Amino acid sequence: MNSEQKEHAGLAETFNKDEDRVNWHDETLWWIRQKRDKSAHNIPEWETLRNTASAIKNHVLSNLHNYLVEFEANAKANGIIVHWAANAQEHNQIVHGILKEHGITQMVKSKSMLTEECHLNEYLAQQGVDVIDSDLGERIVQLAKEPPSHIVLPCIHKKKEEIGEIFHENLGTPAGVSDPQVLTETARQHLRETFLTRKVALTGVNFAIAETGDFVVCTNEGNADMGAHLSDVHIACMGIEKLIPKRRHLAIFLRLLTRSATGQPITTYSSHFRKPRPGQQMHLVLVDNGRSTQLGRPDFRNSLKCIRCGACMNTCPVYRRSGGHSYHSAIAGPIGSILAPNLDMRQYADLPFASTLCGSCSNVCPVKIDIHDQLYKWRQVIVKEGYGNKAKGVGLKVMNWTLSSPGAYHTAGKLGRAVMRIAPFAVNNPLNPWYKHREMPQAPKESFGEWYKKNRK
Amino acid sequence: MTVGLFIPCYVDQFYPNAGIATLQLLEKLGVNVVYPENQTCCGQPMANSGYEHLTGKCDELFVDNFSSFDYIVAPSGSCTLHVKEHLHAHQYPEKAKHIRSHIYELVEFLTDVLKVDKLPARFPHKVGVHQSCHGQRGLKLSQMTELVEPFFSKPLQLLNMVEGIELVPLDRTDECCGFGGTFCVAEEAVSVKMGKDRVADHIRHGAEYITGADMSCLMHMEGILRREKSNVKVLHIAEILNAG
Ligand code: SF4
Repeated sequence: MNSEQKEHAGLAETFNKDEDRVNWHDETLWWIRQKRDKSAHNIPEWETLRNTASAIKNHVLSNLHNYLVEFEANAKANGIIVHWAANAQEHNQIVHGILKEHGITQMVKSKSMLTEECHLNEYLAQQGVDVIDSDLGERIVQLAKEPPSHIVLPCIHKKKEEIGEIFHENLGTPAGVSDPQVLTETARQHLRETFLTRKVALTGVNFAIAETGDFVVCTNEGNADMGAHLSDVHIACMGIEKLIPKRRHLAIFLRLLTRSATGQPITTYSSHFRKPRPGQQMHLVLVDNGRSTQLGRPDFRNSLKCIRCGACMNTCPVYRRSGGHSYHSAIAGPIGSILAPNLDMRQYADLPFASTLCGSCSNVCPVKIDIHDQLYKWRQVIVKEGYGNKAKGVGLKVMNWTLSSPGAYHTAGKLGRAVMRIAPFAVNNPLNPWYKHREMPQAPKESFGEWYKKNRK
Repeated sequence: MTVGLFIPCYVDQFYPNAGIATLQLLEKLGVNVVYPENQTCCGQPMANSGYEHLTGKCDELFVDNFSSFDYIVAPSGSCTLHVKEHLHAHQYPEKAKHIRSHIYELVEFLTDVLKVDKLPARFPHKVGVHQSCHGQRGLKLSQMTELVEPFFSKPLQLLNMVEGIELVPLDRTDECCGFGGTFCVAEEAVSVKMGKDRVADHIRHGAEYITGADMSCLMHMEGILRREKSNVKVLHIAEILNAG
């Protein structure tokens, strides 16, 4: 890996230089995981809900073509203008095209990880369009000129004092003020102005219903509604996997989504959009951007079941101790690590290795994605395709040779247990990463094999 | 019934006492145990690093060593899980299948096959139990906190038979320790931080010993404990179940 290429281990090591911050980050997210647990345990049929949601999503993936066609027809009949984008670039061009058509240079945006994935803000900035993220967390990272570090809690890596500082610099709050109430109110006032003056609002989509052509946006702050209802043009962008077949399936997902995400029973607002109000234009952009490729990978297709709740991040002991930015991808954490290699295997080759495969992610996932098994499978693919770390490859080949030949293993064992010399915990050397913060295991006077020979033969 | 004893490579080399305790415990319970001396490694370190396609020789050797036994027992959750999920032998698919379905981690062998309901063990100490992820979430040795399912724990079921033992509660009962195979060096910083946090939980609750069904997790935590000059020790669960 060349030095400019970002990789998780190095970024996480930097994050770990400030241990207090790591502790705080870990505990904040663990607290959310606990809220999720409490909330889930209040629903006796929780596991049934997960199974059902998973089955519905699997069904959608197996019939995606038909549901997309059905959805498009119904949405069009409702008066929505539907666009199809094969990739991020097309998506960005479509959005910009709509803005140009209306002579717009300022837009308000809410609840869209997809536009992060497509790097829409950067693209529009280059075209001279000013985008304001209206959700508080997104707004904070936008002011800080950083990407979100979490799909549901975008500025979870920032302490309230740091947020106070950002507000002081950008929105003119007094220096040293970090009371969340004051900051939220400031943001609200500032955004109200924005809502009233922006003609175009862009939102994400949580669920799109094939049967009716509706789409549903789940928010806590209500900004998606504010933006969409006050705008002359509403643009909604969604990945093609967001579909569910029928309206009655929605309840299952709404019950799971926020309980999994934050432990709340439901989002404050579950906004249903069906048709533009008189005089308004409503656009819907359906984005592929690698999703059909993923759908064609049998081992990884069910990652498309994801409803972006973030539970896998909150529970991930590695995510909690490395911070979202260490994943150098729009979507961090376990789910990001199985989605990103599909988009660019070389750039994201490190991510499936940024896990202990503990499996907690798969257990909290409301749609039962086998996340940790997919991490394991991505490792196999990445190594076979030649994107694995070369040095590690050689070492392991040697180890494979040694351990698969009993003669070599036991001879080596006699030679000061040299057989384990490539095992990291056996090399007593200050350059060995094991030894940096851990003692080596102490070599006993005889191995189990030697003891057995003496005592059981 | 004859049991083939599988002692993972690092247990053989660094923690022979865990292997000895496993053997003695099984013998105490009347099991005929054989240790095939040509065994080496299950191939897990390679497979978890993305080299499953190179583990063919390990697999063949494993099949040669173990396919003739009624059961195969190993004092390691993660090695057992690896064999169970990934052992393949092109020439002898039936033999590999037999092994995959008859390999048991020690704890589950005691509770599920031998159905042990008492043990002549005594260990008058405060003990914290580390649930290794591969044992717990992989082999389902105990219920996982993420799921809304009834509680059970095979390791606790056995440890509760030990006279004098005091099991300490933990704040996070099934959080990963951060060993993770090659993760322990490839992601050194996070691995160590996870280990430190796990160890601190046990210390905070007064554990004198940390035990578990996976020596690899314990080796990692021991490395941290010793670097911190802590008096807390690690012991494989077999050593406690065989104590006294
Ligand atoms: S993978 Fe599962 S747990 Fe993670 S964000 Fe998606 S739905 Fe939530």
